[in-house]
Amino acid sequence: MPVSKSYAVSLIGLNGTIIEIEAEISSNLPSFVLVGLPDASLSESRDRVRSAAHNAGVPLPGRRVTVNLSPAAVPKRGAIFDLAIALAILAADSKVPAVSVSKWIHLGELGLDGSVRPVPGVLPALLAAKREGFLKFVVPLENLAEAKMVQGVEVLGARNLRQVIAFHLGKLPVGALESEPLTNGALDARVQSDADISDIVGQEEAVEALTIAAAGAHHILLIGPPGAGKTMLAERLPSILPPQSQDEAIETAAIRSLAKSTGVTGSQALSNLRPFEAPHHSASLVSLIGGGANYPRPGLVSLANNGVLFLDEAPEFQRQFLEALRQPLESGEVLVHRSAGVARFPARFQLVMAANPCPCGNFFGQGRACVCAASARLAYLNKLSGPLLDRIDVRFKVQPASAVHSALANLGATQVGRSSSEIRQRVQLARDRAGHRLRDTPWSVNAHVPGSYLRRHLRLDSQVAKPLNLALDRGKLSMRGYDRCLRLAWSSADLNDRAKVVAEDVAKAIGLRGGHGVTSW
Amino acid sequence: MNLRQSIGRYGEERAAIYLRDRGYEIIDRNWRSSSGEIDLIASLNGRIVFVEVKTRNGSGFGHPFEAITPEKIARMRRLAADWCSLKQVSGIKVRLDAISVLISGGRVSIEHLKQVF
Repeated sequence: MPVSKSYAVSLIGLNGTIIEIEAEISSNLPSFVLVGLPDASLSESRDRVRSAAHNAGVPLPGRRVTVNLSPAAVPKRGAIFDLAIALAILAADSKVPAVSVSKWIHLGELGLDGSVRPVPGVLPALLAAKREGFLKFVVPLENLAEAKMVQGVEVLGARNLRQVIAFHLGKLPVGALESEPLTNGALDARVQSDADISDIVGQEEAVEALTIAAAGAHHILLIGPPGAGKTMLAERLPSILPPQSQDEAIETAAIRSLAKSTGVTGSQALSNLRPFEAPHHSASLVSLIGGGANYPRPGLVSLANNGVLFLDEAPEFQRQFLEALRQPLESGEVLVHRSAGVARFPARFQLVMAANPCPCGNFFGQGRACVCAASARLAYLNKLSGPLLDRIDVRFKVQPASAVHSALANLGATQVGRSSSEIRQRVQLARDRAGHRLRDTPWSVNAHVPGSYLRRHLRLDSQVAKPLNLALDRGKLSMRGYDRCLRLAWSSADLNDRAKVVAEDVAKAIGLRGGHGVTSW
Repeated sequence: MNLRQSIGRYGEERAAIYLRDRGYEIIDRNWRSSSGEIDLIASLNGRIVFVEVKTRNGSGFGHPFEAITPEKIARMRRLAADWCSLKQVSGIKVRLDAISVLISGGRVSIEHLKQVF
């Protein structure tokens, strides 16, 4: 009896396995058996495939149909297999040429009317299949833009099952299945962002701190009273970061594809603007870190990969989440263990945390307006644990914008050299410089360089390092704090286009590290 | 006899002709017991074949074979055993088949599934 094969991809996290779908039609009373560890949504595929085939004008044979998904040990979920299952059966029934079907990977959910519907994970599925040597794909039309980000593969976008059948029968020219190329797959070279640094009135020091953080990819903690502009500053960080590279943009889109139930559709797929995620502090642990019952999905920390994760009112977040951030901050990825397997989601983000100085928010300057008890103030910022703060290079105190600043703004005083695009160019140059200096190391930005390397290979002049050594001797600086200062000093030097760190850079670094002031720092 | 029954009769007649053309000998038709009916009983090369015939006028209700449910199959097995004991047939090979007779647009197509139950 005829057995035909088609192929699809099963994803766990961003890792995919090629699934071979075998269909056999045997001379027995009509039934539809689906084996090979399908989950509930995949078992329902039987009824979708039956109706879709009927409505595409090629009803399933009145015989026993057995469909096997192998390898049987890999759990499979979702409707992404519908299209491949339908084609395997139709090929076994000689309605479409089996040879043609087995050359392509088919991804897509079927509607009862035979339409091909978008599915999540098309981009990571294609990347996984390409690694296995599969280069030809039929995907839902809505996911075509996303699929086209993968270079060196042939992708067709299908609107309905009838089209796919006609294509395999050779009745449809290849071009008929493709849509208009949306942006011909190339990345837009401009960074588009609605928010610009020039929106910020005054706050030169804060912008400078943000610029240094951007240059070295340093994590940053902004502390200041309500209304000082912490959120505004954080939201503008992506606009001064260098645009995503092609590889980074693909990685970003792949994670987004998994997170949305329809994958990434249309032009959303192609953006070189770095992601910016700002979860509310009431968000659940799983939505932030990633996970979910049985089958893991990426959390917000992974959606912020290659971009910025902004935690406004950071001390209000669950302690559990703040501590869970330590793994991605350390390794740049999140591991989610579930019964279906281990999912590995990249989570290399630049962390920006904002906090009030105390629960009432008024503990700044002389602190006279603050009504909090000293213990309450201490408890508030202590929610940010030592190990977490250890990973934050920049701790900056944002002062409320002064009357002078707002007066200047009213006069329409223009601030020279303060637009996002200008700062972005400086940041890009600084990163190029750092990348060149670190070219023989596994790191490319200052924030990732371990202290031991800095102290051994990038030694400062003794005169320049003197204030740091002094602070260390006097116990005002821990060894970790010392290393953080070194990293920041290098970012400052890079920004100012200097090959060596000078005293001014060290002074700036000590200032940004916030070594004095709030005791718990 | 209403239309439905007459279509069924017609289908059984066509199925009998189909089997006879292929060398089967029809030994019983519409054999009834208290629990139901066997449409056709035939023999070929010393083997007894019990046949369920399904007839459809048009395919609007799906393939005729789809109307053969697991309950129907279980009943066929019981009926076959009843028939064998009544006729004192033993030590002989039996088989359960299904035949679909599809009438559409004045054309009749017949499909025969062997050893289905």
